Amino acid sequence: MSQLANELKTEIIKALNLEGVSPEDIENDAPLFGEGLGLDSIDALELIVLLDKNYGIKIDSAADGKAVFHSISSMVAYIESKK
Amino acid sequence: MTKRVVVTGIGIISAIGKNTDESMQHFRSATSGIGAITHMDTVHKNNLPVAEVKYSNEELLSLLNISNHKSNYTRTSILGMYAAKQALESAGIHSVKEKKTGLISANSVGGMDKSEVFYAQFLANPSKGKISNIVGHDCGDSTEHIADYLGIKEQVTTLSTACSSSANAIMLGSRLIQHGLLDRVIVGGTDSLTKFTVNGFNTLMIFDKEACRPFDATRNGLNLGEGAGYIVLESEKSAAESEKKIRGFLSGFANANDAYHQTASSPDGNGAYLAMSQALAMSNLQPTQIDYINVHGTATQNNDLSEGIAMKRIFGETVPRFSSTKSFTGHTLGAAGGIEAVFSIMALEQQIIYPNLRFKTPIPELQLIPETELIEGAGIKHILSNSFGFGGNNSTLIFSAA
Amino acid sequence: MTTRITSYCRITNRFIYVNNALLHSNEDLAFADFAKQAYKLATLNYLKFFKMDNLSKLGLLAAEFTLAGKNWQERYTPDEVALCFSNASSSIDSDRKHQESIGNRSNYFPSPSVFVYTLPNILAGEICIRNGFKGENSFFIFEQFDAENMVNIVQQLFINEQCKACVMGWINYDSEQADALCCLIEKSDNEKELPFTAENYSYLYFNTKPQ
Repeated sequence: MSQLANELKTEIIKALNLEGVSPEDIENDAPLFGEGLGLDSIDALELIVLLDKNYGIKIDSAADGKAVFHSISSMVAYIESKK
Repeated sequence: MTKRVVVTGIGIISAIGKNTDESMQHFRSATSGIGAITHMDTVHKNNLPVAEVKYSNEELLSLLNISNHKSNYTRTSILGMYAAKQALESAGIHSVKEKKTGLISANSVGGMDKSEVFYAQFLANPSKGKISNIVGHDCGDSTEHIADYLGIKEQVTTLSTACSSSANAIMLGSRLIQHGLLDRVIVGGTDSLTKFTVNGFNTLMIFDKEACRPFDATRNGLNLGEGAGYIVLESEKSAAESEKKIRGFLSGFANANDAYHQTASSPDGNGAYLAMSQALAMSNLQPTQIDYINVHGTATQNNDLSEGIAMKRIFGETVPRFSSTKSFTGHTLGAAGGIEAVFSIMALEQQIIYPNLRFKTPIPELQLIPETELIEGAGIKHILSNSFGFGGNNSTLIFSAA
Repeated sequence: MTTRITSYCRITNRFIYVNNALLHSNEDLAFADFAKQAYKLATLNYLKFFKMDNLSKLGLLAAEFTLAGKNWQERYTPDEVALCFSNASSSIDSDRKHQESIGNRSNYFPSPSVFVYTLPNILAGEICIRNGFKGENSFFIFEQFDAENMVNIVQQLFINEQCKACVMGWINYDSEQADALCCLIEKSDNEKELPFTAENYSYLYFNTKPQ
């Protein structure tokens, strides 16, 4: 869990150009959208590309991504369930 | 408006025909132009419906009497030349030189269709790739070609504000007439389908894999389209001098920024609300005097909800009859405002309201029901037409019967 | 009252001038790094800045320096401020990035956040989001810097009662080459301020440079 979680945090920071954010700043269970990192709908689409590019996992619609991208923990759980 | 600006000509080409008559036949028979991709070579060929103009570049050039072996016009240019020429002819203008005549043309993709051909060749082999395929890349290129083709030398300007581009070109043209800088002006826009836009919108996940369903609860995105639409605006004086038939008036317009998000419309439809209310104020019309709204209605989750909320804020529980003609033409991006301006004038002249195809269930939050059947003898005096673009760019035009 | 240029910012390759005073320069930096320095200088504190493409970064910075200390909120409502920009290269920098990402079928991962910026008017949208402007927006493409047309178009906005101020100018970005002039246009009786004419607007563009 923690290795994949850390890997994801680094990838997300890079893919979403999160200036001044380091992996330690992102808590595993904190919400990524809204209050948390302040991500928006375009960031959600970028995360769909990230999952496809780095993990070969396809998500078909933005609506399907909502639950998956709730937090780092939910993303890790989703990636592991697809392995 | 201080001085009235009149519409004396209209020209159109889209997936539902290469002139106003063909377009009207499609509306009457409820035949949409949305279907499988035939012209583009793309991975999305068999799974994304689009609204293509049914003619190849060669066929269009031949219809324009241009020998194609000499030209390397982009599809954006050809579509624009085709519709702008038609608009000029329909206004009965034989010489653009006898009065101060301008052209304000809008587009969003420029000559990307040819640039893509160049890129593919060039990437495969840097010594290959016809340089003539990229000279038309700039957004201004199609405008220059249209101006040259029509012989227009006065004001020639290109405007690019995403999907509201054409509506903004119409606004600028109207001001140039009102302020006496031009006697007449051809305004509107052109855009062709390209892999660039198909792939780009695909990343935004806002394509419906079936034909789009504007304002329906089950709407699932837009279909891209292509085409061009232009109208000829003149001062009342200029039209009277040449005893022109007045096709309609541009009685109000406004543009406002939603200032919310790069692509998404705000949940309360602020930009749309401002554009519609300011256009109404300019036209000195009360909301109750609007007889039909040609909505932006792209059929994305976000647009239709936000636009509907803005409509309710202005019109309350008595929203005028409305429909989205994008259910016929797809979303033609930078050309949409021009194409829908032409449809507005046709509706005023023929007293027809167009059907909104494939609507079944109202959006729960709105409970708004568009017109689903063509209405004849519609008794319409004033039409409000919306065009909203990425970048929060929201425009409203109001056309009134002659 | 006359329409006047009440404030302006000129950004050329690695120089920033605000109202004719050199604010910052660093010729050794790539644009992204230069933009980051300028961001700090403007004390922007607006992390969305780092998600923008280079064209929007350039436009946002130019507008930020132009508007600094102008307190427009005290004089105008958000829908009274119009934006009117122009350039020659449209959104070419982002267009190229997007085109490259769709060119290769074996490595096909087009980015939605790149595609969003393949429209030049997004930069005007970004300035509106940042400042809360809700007035009229337009964006024009000219072959080269064009003063006559732009001044003409903006002057006409002021005939419309709705528009009381306009943030306007030329924002061009292509392959590390940044070229921007942003002006705040207001109605004013202050004769120390430049009247908004094609001649003056053009003068600022061509003559604000290292002497």
